[in-house]
Amino acid sequence: MMKRRTFLASAAAASAVAGLGLRPAGAQAQWPTRPITMICPWGAGGGTDATARIVASLLEKELGQPVNVVNRTGGSGVVGHSAIATAAPDGYTIGMITVETNMMHWQGLTDLTYASYTPLALMNADPPGVQVRADSPYKTVKDLAEAIRANPGKFKASGTGQGGIWHLALAGWLQAMGLKPDAVAWVPSNGAAPAMQDLAAGGVDIVTCSVPEAKAMLDAGKARSLAVMAPQRNPAFPDIPTLKEAMGIDWTVAAWRGIAGPKGLPQLVVEKTIPLLKKIYDSKEFKEFMTNRGFGMVWAPGEEFARFMAEDDAKMGKVMKAVGIAKS
Amino acid sequence: MDAVATAFGLILDPYVLMVMGLAAVFGIFVGSIPGLTATMATALLVPVTFFMEPVPALAAIVTTTAMAIFAGDIPGALLRIPGTPASAAYTDESFAMTKKGQAELNLGTNLVFSALGGLVGTIVLITAAPALAELALNFSSFEYFWLACLGLTCAVFIAAEEPLKAIISLLIGLFVATIGIDPAAGFPRFTFGIVDLMGGVSFIPAMIGMFAVSEVLRGVVNLQGIGRPTQERIGNIFRGIGPVCARYWKNFVRGSVIGTLVGALPGAGADIAAWISYAVSKRFSKQPEKFGTGHIEGVVDATSANNSSLGSAWIPALVFGIPGDSITAIVIGVLYMKGMNPGPTVFLQNPQFIYAVFISFILANLLMVPLGWLAIKSSKQILNVPRNLLLPIILMFCIVGSFAITNSAYGIVIMLVAGVLGYLMEENGFPVAPAILGLVLGEMLEQNFMTSMIKSEGSFIAFFQRPIAGVLGVVTLAIWGLMIWRGLRRTQPVPQ
Repeated sequence: MMKRRTFLASAAAASAVAGLGLRPAGAQAQWPTRPITMICPWGAGGGTDATARIVASLLEKELGQPVNVVNRTGGSGVVGHSAIATAAPDGYTIGMITVETNMMHWQGLTDLTYASYTPLALMNADPPGVQVRADSPYKTVKDLAEAIRANPGKFKASGTGQGGIWHLALAGWLQAMGLKPDAVAWVPSNGAAPAMQDLAAGGVDIVTCSVPEAKAMLDAGKARSLAVMAPQRNPAFPDIPTLKEAMGIDWTVAAWRGIAGPKGLPQLVVEKTIPLLKKIYDSKEFKEFMTNRGFGMVWAPGEEFARFMAEDDAKMGKVMKAVGIAKS
Repeated sequence: MDAVATAFGLILDPYVLMVMGLAAVFGIFVGSIPGLTATMATALLVPVTFFMEPVPALAAIVTTTAMAIFAGDIPGALLRIPGTPASAAYTDESFAMTKKGQAELNLGTNLVFSALGGLVGTIVLITAAPALAELALNFSSFEYFWLACLGLTCAVFIAAEEPLKAIISLLIGLFVATIGIDPAAGFPRFTFGIVDLMGGVSFIPAMIGMFAVSEVLRGVVNLQGIGRPTQERIGNIFRGIGPVCARYWKNFVRGSVIGTLVGALPGAGADIAAWISYAVSKRFSKQPEKFGTGHIEGVVDATSANNSSLGSAWIPALVFGIPGDSITAIVIGVLYMKGMNPGPTVFLQNPQFIYAVFISFILANLLMVPLGWLAIKSSKQILNVPRNLLLPIILMFCIVGSFAITNSAYGIVIMLVAGVLGYLMEENGFPVAPAILGLVLGEMLEQNFMTSMIKSEGSFIAFFQRPIAGVLGVVTLAIWGLMIWRGLRRTQPVPQ
């Protein structure tokens, strides 16, 4: 048995050496030779799906092989993220990972962390805004903050499910103000659109979703955005101040999306893909798409993406522990 | 008026008409394959519409979805496989008609009333969009909770003889709906550490299993005597439509109105519209005992309702950027990409595009009649295939459709388990439709109940404090009270 395994190993090693020596552009170097699957952990038609599809269609042109987007949805993103992380690391399965990568493991839903992926490129990040109803008495985020401080537990906010990214955005903001994370009650919703509807219907007082997600209601005069939790103002919404400008609080957070593969992608695939993704990021089509949807553009390749995720992971862990939804 | 004239010009362009024609064929194909839904068809269209002008892009989506919702009725009637979830409510009724040899009448009715219902939804979209959108915006979790309760009540109305068995079936559906990550607290339930189960039991594979696989199993068990096709041929599908129109025009109006209202509500679409209108039809029918035995009346209501809801689902989507159903959720993305940002201003900034959408709705519903007729004509071949050859083919379609929903073998497992469960239930007199309804409404019920309780800090009074919620709550409780009272009276011994 041992003997046979040794034989196989040496045969494999020999052929690998032979491959390297004789054909510099060997089997691996010819990646991709067949269609590539891009897994999207969220449903067809949503923002992540649309972003994955535009990246896939542009990548397809660059690689000359079909790149098929496959939606693996459910379980707050666990199903799709697991499918990316546990795929064979041969370069034929990649996926779009989202901010939930840094949240699910704290919640105890999965053992997978950002370290379970080979990061390729961060391409998008959307900071949350603080939205109130149009007839709300609070004209600035400072007024609202004072009212929350004076009446802890009175206000209700929504934007996504319990422990979702916009919930953590609110909790982090309250913490930065020196308040308890439950000073505003969180009402779980099925996403930003239903939350904005509930805001207009008078069901909740605050919605902390991204400003583009709230745009239709803002345009309809049903809601107002008081501040964004970002380092800079959004060029598409120049009138909305940052939290730092409005009340001197240094709390920033974002829902992000990036392309990644399972851990241990061949170096060749990584080296070939990152420049292509950069080209896509700079392309007119991608820019037009992101601007039309109001999505924020951020670029961080490979190692930089990994560092970004590590920082974000620590931040998420801290807030989730404070909210009491982290398991460890 | 200029905008209307421009809109006609935009639609009557040969390229746009060609796109609509292709989209119609695509829609009919997708709709009649079980497991491929109208929502999925729209998602598949999105990458194609990247490269189109706004008008052909939106016209393609409008045409595809209208055709798909109608075409879902064809396999429902012929094979007892609802082609899309919107047909599930009356699949049993349609299949019963086919077994009685009335496939022509059933399909003709489905076709004609789908087109008419679609036109009603479009007219409401054109005339009342802003007003209805304001109304729909008043619905918060309290109102949706009562709406879900009313929806569940339908299960008991739909069920034939034994309300108790219907309720048990409903509870099975509600139980299965609790599998997965809890919508309020984000905690996994009944998942046994299996990642796929965290995503819950997807209801389309379950629906295919309960309706179609159980029918295949029944066919296998009674293999003798099923070598013959059920019906030799499909004749003129428009024969007999006149008397149906004359007799059931009120059902058509009622179904279309219910469909339009349900469609305009965010979060409730064609499938729920069909369930509610079918139940209402039975409740107010002069011959409720005929329902479930192959009776056309409920089909008129429900097939009008699911198509009329398609148009009105665009109302909240266009006016507030809030999806009226899963299809318009995708449409909103396309609108943004085409620079037609939803909101009240879309009517001012780009009126010609909005009118073009309206015209394409009307055109699609008119186009439905000839194309639907062709589709029915060509699908009649199915009835000539001997059942023992047909059963494996049905099973193959079920497998493909279930795989398509989850993109993994998990969907097939759900389908097979649901199929065996559905077979065992039906053999013992438990109807499967209430279980499907429980699965559809379970999450809506739980999510809105939990959300409401969090908002009201545990007080039940809040469920009656808002005006619309109060009315819906009182109506729901009154219906339940009446049902219990009647049930008690029925069980009292009758003097011999």
